[in-house]
Amino acid sequence: MPNITVNPTRMELTRLKGKLRTAQRGHKLLKDKRDELMKQFLDTVREVRALRAEVEEELMTVHGSFTVAAAIMGSQAMEQALLYPKQSVELTMTSQNIMSVNVPVYHFQTKTQSDADIYPYGFAATSGELDTAVAALGNVFQKMLKLAEIEKSAQLMAEEIEKTRRRVNALEYVVIPNTQESIRYITMKLDENDRATTTRLMKVKDMLLQEALEEQRAQDEQILTRYKGKET
Amino acid sequence: MATRYRIAVVGDWDSVMGFRALGLDAYPVTDAEEAKEKVRELARTDCAVIYLTEQLAKDMDDVIARYKDELRPAIILIPGRAGSLGIGKANIQRAIERAVGADIL
Repeated sequence: MPNITVNPTRMELTRLKGKLRTAQRGHKLLKDKRDELMKQFLDTVREVRALRAEVEEELMTVHGSFTVAAAIMGSQAMEQALLYPKQSVELTMTSQNIMSVNVPVYHFQTKTQSDADIYPYGFAATSGELDTAVAALGNVFQKMLKLAEIEKSAQLMAEEIEKTRRRVNALEYVVIPNTQESIRYITMKLDENDRATTTRLMKVKDMLLQEALEEQRAQDEQILTRYKGKET
Repeated sequence: MATRYRIAVVGDWDSVMGFRALGLDAYPVTDAEEAKEKVRELARTDCAVIYLTEQLAKDMDDVIARYKDELRPAIILIPGRAGSLGIGKANIQRAIERAVGADIL
């Protein structure tokens, strides 16, 4: 829909042309950004899907082994065994910039260094199944952290892509056509004004000529009558 | 930039117990309302990653959506002991639809 309220002046035309150039450049840049983001996003998403399937499967196995351990030891005893953690995990988060999207990168540190030292209970009162379960969970956890990182990245990128896509579309289907329409409107209006001026000038010139001609004729007539009067 | 964050696990007691042994902060909750409170509280404090069981997540879309577009915390769904509900996978699908505007994979 063209904007009818524009002033058909040369200044406005120059302004609109500048706006159109900016819009077109912005559109091109945003489109490139969208395409690159999309490429990155799809790579990430593929990774997320694979990793999530893996994690879910392994986690179910781990849950299974905990259930077995609980069945063997009794859930009360297991609760007691796990109540006080020996290990503690701390996370530092830095962010990485992928095409203007800040995505998190996690680094985690564990308090105890060795993997074998994580069991918060004595081995006497617990069953071996619990050890296996805890160790398995420790392995899954590495993947879970990676999953957290890339899944969050995927979510953030999805949001950014959506925003960029909207902007690209708004520029492509609204701003640019509207500006073009306004430019065309002003150009036509100015041309029309030019033609009107030319026509008016021609008309005025015609009228002036006509006047001059009539004057001339009247003069001629006078001279002619005077001349005729002399002759007779 | 070296702020230290914690990793939390929110879910039913059976599902989160094991994570306690790994040194994560496990928060056993019984229903979705309690879990919502907990997640909000954790998000306000120094929690960077929250693992949430799908059994609870299915009733707390609002809270999850609230933190979806923020850098911290990342709420990651994991299957609870009762099994996977496929919500985690559906969420990836939704992210794709959101980005692309159509389901392409």
